[in-house]
Amino acid sequence: MAIEIQPEKAERPGGREPSAPLPARPWWMRPAIHTGLIGAVLGYLLGHWLGNFLASGYQQISTADENDMAIVLGYALGTVGWLAGMGVFNDLFRQMAGRSLQIRREQAEASSGLARYFRFSLDHKVVGTQYLVGMIIYLLSGGLFAMAIRTELLSPTYHVLSSSAYLMVVGEHGTMMIMMMSSIILGPFGNYLVPLMIGAKRVAFPRIEALSFWLTPAAFLILLSGVMFGGFPTGWTGYAPLSIQATQGMDAYAVAFGLMGISLILAGFNIIVTVINYRAPGMRWSRLPIFVWSMAATSFLMVLAAPVLVGGMYMMLTDRTAQTAFFTADLGGSTYLYQNLFWFFGHPEVYILALPGFGVVLEMIPVFSRKPLFGYRVAAAGMIGVTLLSFFVWQHHLFVSGINPDMRPLFMLTTELISIPTGFIFLVAMGTFWKAKIRFTVPMLFALGMLFNFLIGGITGVFLSDVPADTTEHGSFFSMAHFHYTIMGGLIFAFMGGIYYWLPKMMGIKLNQRLGKIHFWTMFLFFNSTFLPLFAVGLLGQPRRVFEYARQLQTLNDWVSISAFLLGGSILIFVINFVWSTVIAREPETGNPWRSRGLEWQVPSPPPPENFPHVPVVLSGPYEYGVPDAPPVADLSPPAGVVASALSGVAAGAPS
Amino acid sequence: MTAASEPGRQAASAPGRPEPRHGLRIFLIWLVASAIADPLIWFLLGPHMPPGAMSGSAAHQQTTINVMALMSAPVLLFVLIYFGYALVVWRHREGDEGDGPPIHGNARISTIWIAATSVIVLALFGYGTVELIVPAGAGAGEGPTPIWKPSGGRPLQVQVIAQQWVFTYRYPQFGGVETPQLVLPEGQNVQFNVTSLDVIHSWWAYQLGVKADANPDVNNVAYTKPQQLGTFRVRCAELCGLWHGAMTNVGRVVTPAQFQSWATATETQLAAVTKNLPPYATTYDADAVAGLGKVLTQLGLNGAGGGFYPPEVPVQP
Repeated sequence: MAIEIQPEKAERPGGREPSAPLPARPWWMRPAIHTGLIGAVLGYLLGHWLGNFLASGYQQISTADENDMAIVLGYALGTVGWLAGMGVFNDLFRQMAGRSLQIRREQAEASSGLARYFRFSLDHKVVGTQYLVGMIIYLLSGGLFAMAIRTELLSPTYHVLSSSAYLMVVGEHGTMMIMMMSSIILGPFGNYLVPLMIGAKRVAFPRIEALSFWLTPAAFLILLSGVMFGGFPTGWTGYAPLSIQATQGMDAYAVAFGLMGISLILAGFNIIVTVINYRAPGMRWSRLPIFVWSMAATSFLMVLAAPVLVGGMYMMLTDRTAQTAFFTADLGGSTYLYQNLFWFFGHPEVYILALPGFGVVLEMIPVFSRKPLFGYRVAAAGMIGVTLLSFFVWQHHLFVSGINPDMRPLFMLTTELISIPTGFIFLVAMGTFWKAKIRFTVPMLFALGMLFNFLIGGITGVFLSDVPADTTEHGSFFSMAHFHYTIMGGLIFAFMGGIYYWLPKMMGIKLNQRLGKIHFWTMFLFFNSTFLPLFAVGLLGQPRRVFEYARQLQTLNDWVSISAFLLGGSILIFVINFVWSTVIAREPETGNPWRSRGLEWQVPSPPPPENFPHVPVVLSGPYEYGVPDAPPVADLSPPAGVVASALSGVAAGAPS
Repeated sequence: MTAASEPGRQAASAPGRPEPRHGLRIFLIWLVASAIADPLIWFLLGPHMPPGAMSGSAAHQQTTINVMALMSAPVLLFVLIYFGYALVVWRHREGDEGDGPPIHGNARISTIWIAATSVIVLALFGYGTVELIVPAGAGAGEGPTPIWKPSGGRPLQVQVIAQQWVFTYRYPQFGGVETPQLVLPEGQNVQFNVTSLDVIHSWWAYQLGVKADANPDVNNVAYTKPQQLGTFRVRCAELCGLWHGAMTNVGRVVTPAQFQSWATATETQLAAVTKNLPPYATTYDADAVAGLGKVLTQLGLNGAGGGFYPPEVPVQP
């Protein structure tokens, strides 16, 4: 029994009918990035004025010739203005005014063409594509900073950059890569593919999903704006009290990181609810693609860990603006407080970066091995195990800090335990290879490269988890090489594999496979040639984030620098391939080029606006390769009664 | 190459024949490779493994790193050999469009794998804990109330005062003399009391195998026992601002007799300065910082004195 929904408030006399379509406004009147930019500028000016108004009387501000409060409020209101200009709050106000959202949504969905990628779109496929392009831009920006770091480290004494410029570059590189890359797979592939993989027509919270993306350009620009203030001297960790001592560039770091934390919470929340509530009939937990498992696990990490970061950043900002003393030791604060808050987020964060890579790789391996996934439950258990354990290891970042020496054996144990569920992932990959028919396509090469790199990254992680060994390795290039192996070697390789694998699905075009192979082999070779020697550099006593180092380490450092430039060249090959294939060549690919059983490949590429013409009924798991008379993965046009009975009360009552 | 691809070709060309025993082959290749790799690591690389054996804690760290390498090399080799074998033997053959055998899992293999990784991990944890406790905290900073202390008498006290961007050392058993030089006696336990005047630093005496964060208002204690004469390098291992990369100095390990004469000579030489310093305490009072800067300037030494360096100090090379 459906209840007739009546408009709660009639339009004013002489207005249009409530159900009539909204009049089409010219493009420049509709919210898009140009109105967003206008809103951002207005918001910044308002916030800056407000900050000066509130704090100009303080003595420390009139004497220090800098007003952090004006800058922080400028950033905050600028972000609000940006979102308001993008039209993020329009539906909220529309609903508060009692108007229908239905018309607006249909109108938004009907809009097509390039313009929709510059608007606040409620289509998860548009948001996924926005994320994809955004993440590539952020990745390349962070990579350019890395090139600058390696240029400076060509010589132990000669300086291309001043020491402050060097620290700025180090901080921007680290923060860009860690914070912006947190959603490099969940953003593009998670948002785009999770609904397709679970047989849903949409995500649970399209506005929250779109908001999570539109916060990232704001965070990106705010982080980059720190360059105008000379950057921040703390690296990506932002340890207090150095961060309290630093100049205005630090405000950019704290606001940007905080905004990105909010974006992670929103993105993760949407994915969790979507995976739990929007699965098609028959999509049992035991049939969920392993990629969706990894996205759900990552989302739980984001939702549970990022609030701690947002809190830490907020405390840092009040320390810097309102003269609180959370982190100032001689005023009753504690420097350990910040380290604990930061790493309580920071360690789950590195699994936010690792788990999506596992998901992508395990999703691709059965397709190119033509075999079922070996130990599906082991893989899911491994991801859940990593998720749970990652909240209990953060103090291994504080092994030499002087806090809690009696807790060291415990945190050594939890840290080493996490290698057991990580080992599950390798067991599953190795089991799937057993008597397989492995095809060396470009995505598969990246998956294999990811496994190779992550193996080295994981094993060196066990070295770092051991307190006596860590006493030498802590804060040295050894730990830096370790996490580059897990993040760049793991996450970025998986991301690249994901692009080669899913871009035909997302855009309906094929990437050039020959350039793809050149890209893989150069990237794999130069990645290892860059980061493998850095383990030795670290063990030989070079601390991180230095611009001067021992003369006998110059040969190794030069080797690394030259490899890093070549690695940059390899990424350039990718950019050329991406732009060439998507803009110029546009070779169409509409079918199922990998002969995958995945549900996302059963619809045309790119998928139609609502993904599936009918809600599909899932009949079997996605990895039943070689299983004699296995049923097809899903019935895409099931008899009407089946879905209606399964969906009663779910689809009808869902708010938009 | 031919030998490795042979079994695959056999399997492909003659499906009637029994499959070669892949598991046994991988195991044997792995056994040989590990039997070669582990002695190389232990005997060839081991003696040169950083951080060397200049002190008790460094020697323990060196042994630990060697043991970890010994344990992890077979694991690394096993996975890599398996991958290599799989990619060669089970690669896709031209014209074969069929799927592989539908193996969904194997409870026995999974159990063995999980048990083996658990045993390795727990063994490493047990070994790591022993190596942490036996050498009195393994040279890592243990905070103000250390729980693992070296046996045998009160160790030599050395306070490490970190500030942007220089380390200063204070010897409370020699009248509280404060000097930029770090000299230690051989064969005697040393207790470093690491503290900071401004931001977080990390005092890393590389060859001594000591690393302890310097936090303002916190005394971070670390122990070691120098056992070889010579010099060692000190660097800051926690990003502390502009000249973090230049925050370095060199310490010396000398014989006990040489140490006594150096310490007493320094004490007498700097007596006038020491008189003006605040009394020794495990942390440095922030109010005393300005005085310290003045003293160092009188001595012609570089020091920010708790404030900021003028732009020309230290001179940019």
